[in-house]
Amino acid sequence: MGIAWIKPARLRQQGMLGMNCRNVEFINRYNDRRLYPLVDNKLKTKLLAQEYGVPTPRLQFVVREQHEISHIERQLVDRETFVLKPAKGSGGKGILVVVGRRGDRFIKNSGVEIDVADIRRHMSNILAGLYSLGGTPDVVVIEDLIAFDECFAGYSHEGVPDIRIIVFRGYPVMAMLRLATHASDGKANLHQGAVGLGLAMDSGRCLNAVQFSRRIKSHPDTARPLNDIHIAGWRDILILAAQCHDMIGLGYIGTDIVLDQHLGPQLLELNARPGLSIQIANGRGLLPRLRHVESLQERRQMPAEQRVDYAMRKFAEPDAAAQGRAL
Amino acid sequence: MSARLTFHTVLVLLALCAILVAILRHMETGIPFFPGQEKSVWLVEARVDFVAKGGAVDASLSLPDKQLPGFELYEEQSASPGYGFSIVRENGDRRAEWTKREARGEQSLYYSAQFVASDTADSATADPVYEDHPIYWDDAQELAAGQVLGRAQETSSSPQSLSRELIKLLNNPSSDQNTALLRSDQTSQAQLLMRLLDRAGIATRSVMGLYLEDARRRQVLMPMVEIHTGERWLLFNPKTGETGVPINLLLWHRGGVSVLDVTGGRRSHVSFSMIRQTISARQLSMAKGSESIFSRLGVLRLPIEEQSMFKLLLLLPLGAAVVVFMRVIIGLQTAGTFMPILISLAFLQTSLLPGLISFVSVVGIGLVLRSYLSRLNLLLVARIATLIVLVIFVISALSIIGYQMGYSTGMTITFFPMIIIAWTIERMSILWEEEGPHEVLIQGGGSLVVAVIAYLLMQWPLLKHLTFNFPELNLVLLALILAMGKYTGYKLSELRRFRAMDDL
Repeated sequence: MGIAWIKPARLRQQGMLGMNCRNVEFINRYNDRRLYPLVDNKLKTKLLAQEYGVPTPRLQFVVREQHEISHIERQLVDRETFVLKPAKGSGGKGILVVVGRRGDRFIKNSGVEIDVADIRRHMSNILAGLYSLGGTPDVVVIEDLIAFDECFAGYSHEGVPDIRIIVFRGYPVMAMLRLATHASDGKANLHQGAVGLGLAMDSGRCLNAVQFSRRIKSHPDTARPLNDIHIAGWRDILILAAQCHDMIGLGYIGTDIVLDQHLGPQLLELNARPGLSIQIANGRGLLPRLRHVESLQERRQMPAEQRVDYAMRKFAEPDAAAQGRAL
Repeated sequence: MSARLTFHTVLVLLALCAILVAILRHMETGIPFFPGQEKSVWLVEARVDFVAKGGAVDASLSLPDKQLPGFELYEEQSASPGYGFSIVRENGDRRAEWTKREARGEQSLYYSAQFVASDTADSATADPVYEDHPIYWDDAQELAAGQVLGRAQETSSSPQSLSRELIKLLNNPSSDQNTALLRSDQTSQAQLLMRLLDRAGIATRSVMGLYLEDARRRQVLMPMVEIHTGERWLLFNPKTGETGVPINLLLWHRGGVSVLDVTGGRRSHVSFSMIRQTISARQLSMAKGSESIFSRLGVLRLPIEEQSMFKLLLLLPLGAAVVVFMRVIIGLQTAGTFMPILISLAFLQTSLLPGLISFVSVVGIGLVLRSYLSRLNLLLVARIATLIVLVIFVISALSIIGYQMGYSTGMTITFFPMIIIAWTIERMSILWEEEGPHEVLIQGGGSLVVAVIAYLLMQWPLLKHLTFNFPELNLVLLALILAMGKYTGYKLSELRRFRAMDDL
């Protein structure tokens, strides 16, 4: 802290990707607009993922029309847990997580109890387009709740920790773990106060952690040290992310992956305009890695595994490798 | 890289072209680059009234010359339905001629002209002297005139001083029986003065002048006298004895025959009304450069009503450029991409402070109402429609309260686009629920800052003048916007956002 501004020269030296540069040189150049609906609509993404065999939380049912809401309790009657979300929502808006039942009432992940009328109202808001981009009519997606992995116990407040991986032309280039906090109200968005944790590309080990663009050492709510976070099964997670490129066809995407206790890594959603905070969480700029992938002349499409191996080798953290040996 | 170079070359060329066209337009039409160089223009209307006898009518009105001392005529029209109209030149006198085969009853003919104050010299002062009108006096008058002249000549040395002395004597009839006798007989002092001077061998001619005063109706021509000093003609006011042409005197008629001739009608009469317009120099050049391609392709050729619309439309690129700059270079967050422009357009009509206060209070009240609405569990469209109705009520209430308290500023809010306000409230309220009041302040404040900056630029007279009179300069803005569209550097806000990168 103490420094209010940073010199542009210093940012450039660190290879930080700015928003203008991201929009002009990566999103506009590598992301075909035609394919945007596939990522902007979570239902389409989910159906596509099922088609390609990419693991994703199971779809329970979809509500498309206002009249279906009036007898929604029939469909919810034997469901203990579920996640209700707008198909076209953005930034985690409009997501309702039900973690249990108490009689006729539903228990939200925050512990608040709601009744079926609240759910009806929420659904009707979603259908009217309250949470969708541009206020266009939307559909409600009801899917399985992730039984989130015990390895994150004590690291996340309310929400599910998810792993954001930037995939550029099929190569995973940067990753971070997002931990919801009390300040972020259980949401995993960094600007709302979630903790961003940069992950080493080669090992899934914690590099650096930030909250509100400030470096932190421990979780603000649980005080657990963040440095010793190490994601198990890292290569599989990266492969899942890399597969998303093959599935969706967009050149520059952010993949949001959650770890299910029983089912392993699951694709939660894709983002065609992934944010830039991942760089702060990693303490590294994206630009050198993106330029490197751009410079790869390989025309023949390599399988996802090979691309992941290449990225794990190429974007390895030198000090981390040294540390690993020392340990 | 070369594509980038081409792009930038095209942009520079575009901007240069626009500036070149603007310069050409400036040279061709004389529209100044800076506003405020305004001249006053007099719109004078002559109205000829008469009663037609039923047969052919021929009305002829003397018109002023195009170049007058102190004035320049640059536009004239006539409005007289059913009449043939032409402007003819007779013995050096410009005359308007109205003709009609058959007319009966009250007739009104109009001629209007616009005069610009100018510093043209009086060319007519060097006119030659005509020998004219023999004078007939009866014996008593002859005697009286001789005595008056004699008294005046005693105290004068030149035609000017003689005229002045005569005017003095005539103005004071009680002091002298002779002047009283002469005055009782003659209709106007000007005519009397002319006859006296004629008798003294000094050439004179009659002049009809019109004193210009703003917003006067039913004015008549003022008879004036010009005397020849031997070298040039000099104007005298027969009432006051002042010499020279006053700055507000328009010499309508000079020498020649009568001011108004009507055949086929009786009780003819001419009266004048006038109004002073402060129009900018650009309107003058518009009329003057009317044949040029630039003025033909200019917005100024449109009817006044459409012009005022274009005045607003042509300001929009400025607002758009501000929004692009604030979002791309500065990185300010706004609620809705171009909503700030709409707000700033509304500010243009309400002026800044009242507009700002009304906008903030309406949105504030709307947010409170919206928080009650959210409990009703309405469908989104119905909720926004409800909000629109409520916003209209809030605005009406504010206007009425404002009016009762003696402020007319309450009214100004009505200019704000209702739908925009309703949507703003809805968006802000969702933002409030989802992200908290902090984000509402950031985005709402950002929008207002952008709107205020756009407003300040848009109401700057220079920019207003340039965008309207030189529409091609908007291409410079276009080039700027395009250039910013390719800007891939950091935003100012990112220098703060990424500050954590410094302590690594």
